[in-house]
Amino acid sequence: MNFEIHSGRAVVLARDDIDTDQIVPAEFCRRVVKSGYADALFANWRKEPGFVLGRPENQGASILVAGRDFGIGSSREHAVWALKDGGFRVVVAAGFGDIFRRNALNNGLLPLDLPYAELGRLTGQIAAHPGLEVVVDLRECTLRLGGTCWQFEVEERGRRMLLRGEDAIEAVLQHGGLISAHEARRPAWLPTVG
Amino acid sequence: MSRPTTLADKLWDAHVVHAQDGEPDLLYVDLHLTHEATSPQAFDGLRLAGRTVRRPELTLAVEDHNVPTASQEVTDPVSRLQLETLRTNCAEYGVELYRLGHARQGIVHVVGPQLGLVQPGMTVVCGDSHTATHGAFGALAFGVGTSDVEQVLATQCLTLERPRTMAVEFTGALPPEVGAKDMILALIGAIGVNGARGHMIEYRGEPVEALSMEGRMTLCNMSIEAGAKVGLIAPDRTTIDYLAGRRHTPTGSAWQQAAAYWQTLRTDRGATFDRTVTIDVSHLTPLVTWGTNPSQVVPLSGVVPAPDDLTDPGERAAARRALEYMDLTPGTELRSLPIDVVFLGSCTNGRIEDLRAAAAVLDGRTVHENTRMLVVPGSMTVRAEAEQEGLHEVFLAAGAEWRLPGCSICLGMNEDRLTGAQRCASTSNRNFEGRQGDGVRTHLVSPQVAAATAVAGRLAVPADIR
Ligand code: SF4
Repeated sequence: MNFEIHSGRAVVLARDDIDTDQIVPAEFCRRVVKSGYADALFANWRKEPGFVLGRPENQGASILVAGRDFGIGSSREHAVWALKDGGFRVVVAAGFGDIFRRNALNNGLLPLDLPYAELGRLTGQIAAHPGLEVVVDLRECTLRLGGTCWQFEVEERGRRMLLRGEDAIEAVLQHGGLISAHEARRPAWLPTVG
Repeated sequence: MSRPTTLADKLWDAHVVHAQDGEPDLLYVDLHLTHEATSPQAFDGLRLAGRTVRRPELTLAVEDHNVPTASQEVTDPVSRLQLETLRTNCAEYGVELYRLGHARQGIVHVVGPQLGLVQPGMTVVCGDSHTATHGAFGALAFGVGTSDVEQVLATQCLTLERPRTMAVEFTGALPPEVGAKDMILALIGAIGVNGARGHMIEYRGEPVEALSMEGRMTLCNMSIEAGAKVGLIAPDRTTIDYLAGRRHTPTGSAWQQAAAYWQTLRTDRGATFDRTVTIDVSHLTPLVTWGTNPSQVVPLSGVVPAPDDLTDPGERAAARRALEYMDLTPGTELRSLPIDVVFLGSCTNGRIEDLRAAAAVLDGRTVHENTRMLVVPGSMTVRAEAEQEGLHEVFLAAGAEWRLPGCSICLGMNEDRLTGAQRCASTSNRNFEGRQGDGVRTHLVSPQVAAATAVAGRLAVPADIR
């Protein structure tokens, strides 16, 4: 599914440093599949009464707005799969864990960085216009809500992968000759397993 | 002469297969480590696309995250399917697997180095965030997600943007009973859980050089808890002595060649880092985390801090939430906190030296009656070594559980999980909410503190129980 422009309702989970153990607790990472993780998404936090993602008015939201530094910690890609299974296409935060950001881009989920102060403005606008759709345009790298527009940046490789659905592995396999040439240069003492 | 270069950049440059302006580099992977939890979907991806594993002999698989550590019997069907999936995948694609019961099975970051598979100058990738552990050998080691595991299996390469470089200079002399765990917690406390985001750290200075390879692995292991992509240490005599004679290290003239090359792997004089952080360890004391991320850390001799003292509103809110989750009140002495469970193990502190340090504190003493202590060696090899030295007898005589290797309650994935509002002093690396079980409160500590705490039944340093 290519990502050019997406509009949807936003839900605000105003916490900083949300780690991937919160997004998907470890017990769910025993599954061997890549989808069907909607039940795993924030499974422990969902047990808290009034948890924002459980509220009726937030059902169907497709843009998650968090605080600073979303997706730190464990490399589990299950966190990205669960967000997608939970209906999310975009996560907006002031910074992301490096591995999470990469996993997201590898799976068509857009990690959208805004400076912390702008994040505050955005959440203010969302609160002021409940239910109003947010529009994310990846071709122009803009996020719009009502009359306000924010510009954002995404690394080029990730952006291309989202826009064109480019196959990352196929792109590397194109360089098969260069890979073989590198292999021929490797010192003979390097270990092999077995 | 070429421009003075940092060690991390040298290693990076030596592995670039393809570079193009404005594009990430294509980097060759010398060793790929994998396990049952983050690989099934990667092998499925290969199968769906009809691809093969490019270099099966450069991948090692182990079973660690989801193995039971009380016995070798896997009763839960979901866990069994995950382990069996890894076995099928490894058989189908010709990947070596150390499965449950194998004499070399254990935690991925303990097994690789022990076998001599990780050597200076290599690139190492694993679908696990603590892969920087291998940086202790002067290797460039990255943690990645499952899509990238698939890419490495298919191509033996990774497409990556070059991270920035960061020097962490440790200065001063490390006081006794303060170790690598306290050093890394001190760094994370100083720069925060995102302080090294996007950087390759090189740990430098005399206190680092004085560490054993086990200590260096503890230090590099938690680089991710400061957000770093890589954490490494230049190889030296200690590194070379550790590697000599291991299962996969070169022999004869190849050993001479390799060792000569390894000695060139240093940051050039005059090379500049994008950032430098200095940590003086002369007055460092044993540390303990009080909150729900590893940067929320204080001296064990201190008290639970007050959120109101924090100036940043975000940090203040996070501290309040952490205190609530941890059921702590500002001003409480950490030494007064009763501990239900002590966990000695994990890829941070499950190595032989960690077990020795804890056993030395426990020797001739008993675990407090209200406390349960689990000792989970990092690998079968560590377990056998410990048993040869009689360490298991010390643990058993003290009333601790002597278990089988695995990740166990470091992450609470299977039945090795705590329940309810238990308070755990843990030698692992993450004190996130629910990490060791829903509602469980984790305090990260060193092996020495873990052992003293088990005896005291409350957070304690070794001097407290002597
Ligand atoms: S011991 Fe813990 S941190 Fe280390 S690999 Fe296992 S689960 Fe991850």
